[in-house]
Amino acid sequence: MNLDARVPSGPIDQKWSNAKFEMKLVNPANKRKYTVIVVGSGLAGGAAAATLAELGYNVLCFCFQDSPRRAHSIAAQGGINAAKNYQNDGDSVYRLFYDTVKGGDFRSREANVHRLAEVSVNIIDQATAMGVPFAREYGGTLANRSFGGAQVSRTFYARGQTGQQLLIGVYAALSRQIAAGKVKMFNRTEMLDLVVADGRAQGIVVRDLVSGKIESYAGHAVVLASGGYGNVFYLSTNAMGSNVTASYRAYKRGAGFANPCYTQIHPTCIPVSGDYQSKLTLMSESLRNDGRVWVPKSADDVAAASKDPGSIAEDKRDYYLERKYPSFGNLCPRDIASRAAKEACDDGRGVGPGGRGVYLDFRDAIKRDGEDTIREKYGNLFDMYERITGENPYRVPMRIYPAVHYTMGGLWVDYQLQSTIPGLFVLGEANFSDHGANRLGASALMQGLADGYFVIPYTLGNYLAGVPAKSLASTGSADFKRCETEVNERVARLMNVKGKRSVDSFHKELGQIMWEKCGMARNKEGLEQALQEIPELRERFWKEVTVLGGRDTFNQSLEKAGRVADFLEFGEVMCRDALEREESAGGHFRTEHQTADGEAKRDDEKFCHAAVWEYRGDGETPARHVEPLTFENVKLATRSYK
Amino acid sequence: MSDKPLNLTVYVWRQKDAKDAGGLVKYDVKGVSSHASFLEMLDILNEQLIERGEEPVAFDADCREGICGMCSLVINGRPHGGFAGTTTCQVHMRHFKDGETIYIEPWRASSFPVVKDLVVDRSAFESIMQAGGFITNNCGSAGDANAIPVPKEQADRAFEAAACIGCGACVAACPNSSAMLFTAAKLAHMHFLPQGQAERMKRTKAMVDAMDAAGFGNCTNHYECEAACPKDISRDVIAMMNRGYAKASLTYRDPAAKSGE
Ligand SMILES: Cc1cc2nc3c(=O)[nH]c(=O)nc-3n(C[C@H](O)[C@H](O)[C@H](O)COP(=O)(O)OP(=O)(O)OC[C@H]3O[C@@H](n4cnc5c(N)ncnc54)[C@H](O)[C@@H]3O)c2cc1C
Ligand code: FES
Repeated sequence: MNLDARVPSGPIDQKWSNAKFEMKLVNPANKRKYTVIVVGSGLAGGAAAATLAELGYNVLCFCFQDSPRRAHSIAAQGGINAAKNYQNDGDSVYRLFYDTVKGGDFRSREANVHRLAEVSVNIIDQATAMGVPFAREYGGTLANRSFGGAQVSRTFYARGQTGQQLLIGVYAALSRQIAAGKVKMFNRTEMLDLVVADGRAQGIVVRDLVSGKIESYAGHAVVLASGGYGNVFYLSTNAMGSNVTASYRAYKRGAGFANPCYTQIHPTCIPVSGDYQSKLTLMSESLRNDGRVWVPKSADDVAAASKDPGSIAEDKRDYYLERKYPSFGNLCPRDIASRAAKEACDDGRGVGPGGRGVYLDFRDAIKRDGEDTIREKYGNLFDMYERITGENPYRVPMRIYPAVHYTMGGLWVDYQLQSTIPGLFVLGEANFSDHGANRLGASALMQGLADGYFVIPYTLGNYLAGVPAKSLASTGSADFKRCETEVNERVARLMNVKGKRSVDSFHKELGQIMWEKCGMARNKEGLEQALQEIPELRERFWKEVTVLGGRDTFNQSLEKAGRVADFLEFGEVMCRDALEREESAGGHFRTEHQTADGEAKRDDEKFCHAAVWEYRGDGETPARHVEPLTFENVKLATRSYK
Repeated sequence: MSDKPLNLTVYVWRQKDAKDAGGLVKYDVKGVSSHASFLEMLDILNEQLIERGEEPVAFDADCREGICGMCSLVINGRPHGGFAGTTTCQVHMRHFKDGETIYIEPWRASSFPVVKDLVVDRSAFESIMQAGGFITNNCGSAGDANAIPVPKEQADRAFEAAACIGCGACVAACPNSSAMLFTAAKLAHMHFLPQGQAERMKRTKAMVDAMDAAGFGNCTNHYECEAACPKDISRDVIAMMNRGYAKASLTYRDPAAKSGE
């Protein structure tokens, strides 16, 4: 597997400029002769599709929802980072770069991260020009707030609906290109396979989710922006439809999968309330600007604290983040805050049913700033909390617990965002590139838009300049037909199991295994068990699952069945990756590898690399390759937020 | 709030496909926690149906936190159930009583044909957006974001209009199936901002015309749309749109139309 990252030469702050200058161009008149397939209409895919169309390429864009505007990016709440330094508080491109490398626990590629920080400033300009109504100060300038892992205020926001507003901006640009005939949009259409011919990605096979028809589309290149795979855990903050299928199918066709075990558990989510639970709801990290996290100091006070948190006197509360991490306090990074919450609950000091909860308390902020100010900042989040729990967070603290939220792992890409399959580019949460072992808050929106607006327009041209326009594959070719047949057979297989158990019941069971053995804390024993249990579960799935309804019609059970079947294979790759990575880094916490005070202990000697998995056939153990990571600018050091 | 599980009777609209006539089918759903969400109640029903070998009920939902606009049920005759500022996916079972009968139907509007059961086709909204729901500005050409100050009140009002999730409850609630609130919210979002001014008239005319072409009805001032909107979008935007449209109809000349002269 060729893992040459193609990092450009030169000092870190000149690499991107050098790369842009060195890249080949497709002349404006020729661009219209190229067809580009974009899978996904979230911030990454939508921005890519619109921008490539603006440049003149013909774009075919796919999403499984009924409108591109509903991609999961819409749910992002808290904000988007950019090194604008509008607050004059010492921010800079270099500081954002530094914070992101350190936040990722030194497991990302420096050159990519620096580029991300560089283009971050353009994103805010572009979004504003597209009419994104960011929060403003009275003087009319843009407002900022702080997010975890940073000591500056560089997060731009639109109340608690930043993802929505950014995505509507992207969707607007996309709509304009659809109207102009440059983008052909395929809603309710799911990519089920990637067609690789002559060693290049040349098209995809999809299922029209309304008619059930299996069809193929050819392109000179394929851009995957299909989001993250957090739903392998069944319960997560992701939308119900988020899945690994597009990425996993590409993996099975030869794309390397990097660091699948790096998942982010977000510290502030509404706890699970029962076994009917279908998803978990995030309470944005921005709340930690004003909310204080605590549990009672003594396990003896848990019952009283659970019943009436207000009855616990100040000196009996343990504001454990402020105590353990005085310089970052409640705004320490997510992996650290999540583990601290788990620790407090494992210690018997968790509050609420089952003792799996900690308080996020706004009492002091309301006293200081008044209820109106707090409502202005977080009103919609408070409302959301009240709707779900029936409790008023202006009066009682929120009860929260960590939940699966984001996946740093993803398809391996080089500096050009190209996977190990030439012609297959991967953007947004679906790739692995920028966040290392832990993503900082408000950086996913930044990365998705950076990839889609400002990186792929250059790097795709560089690729296409070497691909003759006349080489567009025919969907009638043997390669396409073979792939279509395989997809058809797979669908038929799912329909024909005709067992008795629902798809969801298997998904829940898989989620349980993943959460317990490959969740917030992992160890050898558990991971080895999971590697036994998952294949067993998969075998039962293929014997006992039932998919009712027809295949040539709208069939949500069939959609889910295909996705869960892929999760059942992918979960194994994740556990294998977690098992092989004999260190703790960021969100990957191996209980065997921790410091005396319970912090993650990296092993830079052995694991300062990205692990990249290569598919070698069903039933075969995938091969593990490595891309060594070098840190020339940010010195490898133990992360400290104390 | 009681923690006792609820036993319910639900009447659910079942329709095989767009051509099928469809009808309400009665089901009993047992043992639903009052903490479950409305859609989780449907998940439970679907599990029960699958167990019996019956096809589960199709319904749209994705984010399940009130922001993607995918969920779209008429609950007891009201879009999203008629709870203030709440989407279907945010309705929780604590609002229902043990033994209650609940009616569940899809959005009803000729511009939103049923795909299956409770799932409808909302592509008509896409056509309105494509007609002008954007600011023409290619990526890369933007100036510094702070170069044009936007008064906070304006930015806030733009945001409030932009909070629309495109669910279509406004259309479903309107006796004329009008899409005025949806279209007007989009226009207001852009027209409260300086960036939206350049194309203001062209946009207003194009989007209103596209709305009419998609077969949505007229507004006859019932304002059921405002009551049904899960994002509390104010009907004031409709008045703003009407004024804008009148002005655009009188004074707007399409530069492209003149280019042949
Ligand atoms: C609740 C929540 C809050 C968040 N808040 C923040 C925040 O405040 N700041 C921040 O920076 N990040 C936040 N994040 C993370 C961030 O929202 C996501 O990482 C990011 O939006 C992902 O964007 P994307 O474009 O890569 O993918 P997505 O937005 O997930 O889009 C994926 C697209 O791919 C399509 N797709 C997927 N599979 C297929 C297939 N097989 N065939 C066809 N189409 C397919 C989907 O239809 C969709 O259009 C949050 C995440 C969650 C869950
Ligand atoms: S499912 Fe997204 S708004 Fe209801």
